[in-house]
Amino acid sequence: MRTFRGAVKNNPMSILGTRVLRTEDPAFLTSGGVYMDDLVDERLTGSLYATFVRAPIAHARILDIDISAALQAPGVVAIYLSGDVPLADRRPPSPTFDKAMVQPLLAKGKVRYVGEPIAVVLTEEKYQGEDAAELVMVDYDALPAVVNPRLSADSVKLFDDAVSNQVGTFGSADDFDPDFFADCEVVFTHEIVNQRVAVASMEGRGGVSVWGEDGRLTAWISNQGAQGSKTALAAMIGIPADQVRVITPDVGGGFGAKFGADTEHGIISWASRELGRPVRWVETRYENLLGMTHGRDQVQTITIGGKRDGTILAYRLEVLQDVGAYPRIGAILPSLTRLMTPGTYSFKTESRATMVVTNKTPVGAYRGAGRPEATAAIERAVDFFALSVGVDSAEVRRKVLLPKFTEPHTTSTGAKYDSGDYETALNLACKSIGYDELRREQAERRARGDVKQLGIGVACYVEITGGGAESGAPHENATVEVHPDGTATILTGTSPHGQGHATAWAMLASDQLGIPIDKITLKWGDTDLIPEGGGTGGSRSLQQGGAAVQKASIELIELARERAAELLEANPEDLQMDTSIQGLKVAGSPGAQVTLAELAAKERLFVRSVFTAPGATFPFGAHIAVAEVDTETGHATLKRILAVDDAGTILNPLLFDGQRHGGIGQGAAQALLEEFVYDEDGNPLTASFADYPFLSATEVPSYELVTMETPTSYNPMGAKGVGEAGTIGSTPAVQNAVIDAVAHLGVRHIDMPTSAQRVWRAIEAAAAGGASASGGTVGSGGIASPDATATGIASHSTPDGKVSTPTSENEAI
Amino acid sequence: MQVTLTVNGQERSAEVEPRLLLVHLIRDDFALKAANVGCDTSSCGACTVLLDGESVKSCTVLAVQADGSSVQTAEGLAPEGQLHPVAAAFRQEHGLQCGFCTPGMVMASVGLLKTNPNPTEQEVREGLEGNFCRCTGYHNIVQAVLTAAKAGVDSPSVSALHPGVQA
Amino acid sequence: MIPPQFDYVRATSVEHALELLAEHGDDAKLLAGGHSLLPMMKIRLANPAVLIDIARIPDLSYVRDEGGTLAIGALTKHAMVASDPLVALNAPLLAHSAAQVGDPQIRNRGTIGGSLVHGDPAADLPMAVVALGVTLVVVGPSGRREVPVEDFFEGYFQTAVGEDELLVEIRVPSRPGVGWGYQKFVRRANDWAIVGVAAVGAGADAQVALGNMGNKALRASATEAALAAGASIADAAALADEGTEPQADMHADAEFRRHLVKVLTRRALESAAS
Repeated sequence: MRTFRGAVKNNPMSILGTRVLRTEDPAFLTSGGVYMDDLVDERLTGSLYATFVRAPIAHARILDIDISAALQAPGVVAIYLSGDVPLADRRPPSPTFDKAMVQPLLAKGKVRYVGEPIAVVLTEEKYQGEDAAELVMVDYDALPAVVNPRLSADSVKLFDDAVSNQVGTFGSADDFDPDFFADCEVVFTHEIVNQRVAVASMEGRGGVSVWGEDGRLTAWISNQGAQGSKTALAAMIGIPADQVRVITPDVGGGFGAKFGADTEHGIISWASRELGRPVRWVETRYENLLGMTHGRDQVQTITIGGKRDGTILAYRLEVLQDVGAYPRIGAILPSLTRLMTPGTYSFKTESRATMVVTNKTPVGAYRGAGRPEATAAIERAVDFFALSVGVDSAEVRRKVLLPKFTEPHTTSTGAKYDSGDYETALNLACKSIGYDELRREQAERRARGDVKQLGIGVACYVEITGGGAESGAPHENATVEVHPDGTATILTGTSPHGQGHATAWAMLASDQLGIPIDKITLKWGDTDLIPEGGGTGGSRSLQQGGAAVQKASIELIELARERAAELLEANPEDLQMDTSIQGLKVAGSPGAQVTLAELAAKERLFVRSVFTAPGATFPFGAHIAVAEVDTETGHATLKRILAVDDAGTILNPLLFDGQRHGGIGQGAAQALLEEFVYDEDGNPLTASFADYPFLSATEVPSYELVTMETPTSYNPMGAKGVGEAGTIGSTPAVQNAVIDAVAHLGVRHIDMPTSAQRVWRAIEAAAAGGASASGGTVGSGGIASPDATATGIASHSTPDGKVSTPTSENEAI
Repeated sequence: MQVTLTVNGQERSAEVEPRLLLVHLIRDDFALKAANVGCDTSSCGACTVLLDGESVKSCTVLAVQADGSSVQTAEGLAPEGQLHPVAAAFRQEHGLQCGFCTPGMVMASVGLLKTNPNPTEQEVREGLEGNFCRCTGYHNIVQAVLTAAKAGVDSPSVSALHPGVQA
Repeated sequence: MIPPQFDYVRATSVEHALELLAEHGDDAKLLAGGHSLLPMMKIRLANPAVLIDIARIPDLSYVRDEGGTLAIGALTKHAMVASDPLVALNAPLLAHSAAQVGDPQIRNRGTIGGSLVHGDPAADLPMAVVALGVTLVVVGPSGRREVPVEDFFEGYFQTAVGEDELLVEIRVPSRPGVGWGYQKFVRRANDWAIVGVAAVGAGADAQVALGNMGNKALRASATEAALAAGASIADAAALADEGTEPQADMHADAEFRRHLVKVLTRRALESAAS
């Protein structure tokens, strides 16, 4: 049985730590959620519908835009181009980036990726927009498309006033230690690709904007944090933030890509003011796959060295981040990748990152946001090393895992891990999945030469959750109010979109106040009601937002105690909170009691609290995947995946496990299937769900979960975040499993997604002796070359410890 | 053109243009907004409803094609205030998170259990291959359908009003 | 996304459908289940002025045992083909392949005739009917004609059904108890085949069809000839790519498709022989 180890728990019958079903489900299961396209509101009477005309070409100068025919189409009220809209371009997200790389809200002079908005068409009815948009005629002068990030720096510039296509750097090769690998007996280096994927939340982006008679803007936005959306939207349209009210409807998934506001939200808000009518916009899936920021997209050069006995001594990570056409948050994320370079290990590391623009959709946050890329790199590197020196991959890890620590451990990159017990996690994973038995079965299949070979992939991970807000230490606010009818309302600055906060926050308040969870209503996502808040992302919500609810509940009891003492003419110290009566009793005086509801009837009873954490927390775990590879066709099947995850104390195992499942699914999807692909001209080949291989139920097994609970001291509950852990651990575990299945044939690496063709080519290349040129390091980088990165042995051993890049004379260890 | 359908047991009519998609007829003309549009390529299944008792993707059916037919949506699965056994199983097993795919997923599951009341796990996975979910990794959705099958879809509906607690 | 505007007319009989086709000519498209046509219209790759809905023509949805031949109405939905006991008994390959089309919702709407007339070389049913050696019954202004399947598929999304004609029936040779094999190589269960192989019968009698190895479903002639000459399954399967012209796309290049088709042909033949 799970126990809730929170330091503040006053109810022996506490529901904390138990499996509580979600209070929000009945509505979702009957009338359905109220998403952007479902909104019905009297303020939206007379709405116009916005349809965006988008670039069909990756890189071109716009010579002419003819809207005359479109203006005549039925229902068209207005069509706006860049020159009509007097809003400032969006600046890059960091002052250190090339300042010329600004993003116009509508394409200005040039288009830089397929899907970039060029014009907005406003129509009376929804169905009229697409008809009219088709009639907008644009003349282009095509420019060479920059698609391969490796070649970006030397290619035609996307921004005429920029120095080059390089956005910026984190770290420099000049800082690298020339003797970094000097004490290594063997050193391996390889280029691997953490491919571009589509975020593809089931609900795409959308917005509705309307201006009130008071001159204020009300904007409904499908978002992950209304307060951040408000700030971003106000900045885009150049008005004070207090003149904007953002309201969050139900949100059909975000996964990192729905923070802030997008250019389309700025445009429809401006158009609404211009036309004096509400404007609605809900994107199509085609627009979503091109317009919503993409995730990942790093080319990584990993170099790892150590002793022939399997002891790793040094690891270097060099990141080339493709940020797409405009630097958005994705240009910042390599800094997180660098921060997490060392992973769970004690060996020394160094890293650097370079960010470049290409003619593709801009890259943003996607479940894990910079950390999965770090874990995938180091876990692949460790496995590459293990396979190359011929030592079991779990054993190689055990040699170099950081020993258990309970006091914060600061890494060479400056990350301050709060607590960790990585070896226990790994050993628990191995024991739970039957690691030794699987290795025996693998050996038998290899000995028999079975067509279907077994692979076992191990990944250890540590990640960052609840990182700092823009303004200082990580914090969040909550307001708890008890009403005279005995119900309660919670206001939170987090922004649930599937995570179950309505249930979880109610559990935390109920635990203190005794009010049943179905009598507690959670409100979020209205910036007039809740002006401050950090939203939901970075796995921050429970450890900050939940902690704030708990804190506010406790403080509400203290407020009630004072008022009750006055009312009952008792000493506050003699009053005890009794959750069974949802009120306070005077010790030793039967009958002398008052309920919170009674107190609320006399005077509003509410408390707003802010919880501030000492820092980010670092959940960890170990995932092991079992894959079967058909060696004749290259087809890889994920047979099992087991996750040991430790995210501190668990509030509600139902929600906890649900987050893990979702993360594992998305992580496995990246390893096995998903990739957003462009051709050599920058045309997207996966801009619909018929082409983008979104994971379905048939590609994954049921997941096996094993839980560890090492509380953090950073909040009274002891909770860390779990929203992204599944994604971070599962991707390298699954990739490693696929490679492991064919490692005995000489294969050392296969890029993600591990498509059948890549696996087959890797086997072929290895069978050819590992000396084939295809064993080189050219990665696909998302270019439509299905065989690009299947490689055989691509390592180089240097007796003198010098690093050498692979050549066609690769030598097998 | 005039179309008349029986929607969740009630006869409904509307004047439509031929290109109107069934999903928009249901959502915009009949104000039943549970079914969602999740793609445009009949890939994702968020718009799944039962048409004459069979699960279909209502984004790939014209309203005029459905003239004279009966349609059942998530709103019409159970009486007000109650959950259909399949919906109740989704809640019990935490088979939904953001909820966007949920009405379509539930309708597809109802359709699946009609044709195969006792599916294996593999049959559930294959039966839901046309319904995408980004939140759950499918694990709890599959469990929910298996739970619903075990309970029997004719089992009494579970009240939606009281959140359950399990040790 | 929504389709462009069009006029809609519902045909009440085969004759009525033919009249409507004659009236509207090239501007018209037939609509049955709509699961190939409507998505193309939504992305505005197809823009017919008139849709002739044939879905409610009576008596075009059936499976009949006509003694040695199974007659299947063109409007029979995939789900029905997949579950019909007569199909399962007399043409189990067809039942199996119909159960692989798309997903359950698509199989509840899509029709066998619609899928065949769409002529997608990567789809399930074209390769199945090629392996089964079916005959297709087409009606037009000049009456009814029977088209052997080898003359039916003409190229990418092209069949022998004329602009003024209608496919009404698929006639499948009944072969109860015959061995068969079906290999569909996909990324995901509901995808189109990267390469597909359908095989019916064994040895000299084997008929093998290939999906997505050219611009239409193809017979594996070299493999069949080798089997007829007494070659082993492995040797015959190694010839499966002869005469094919596979395309390269983001899933597979031509070389990989040539490799796959040999492996899958061997497996399909082994299955048919067992």
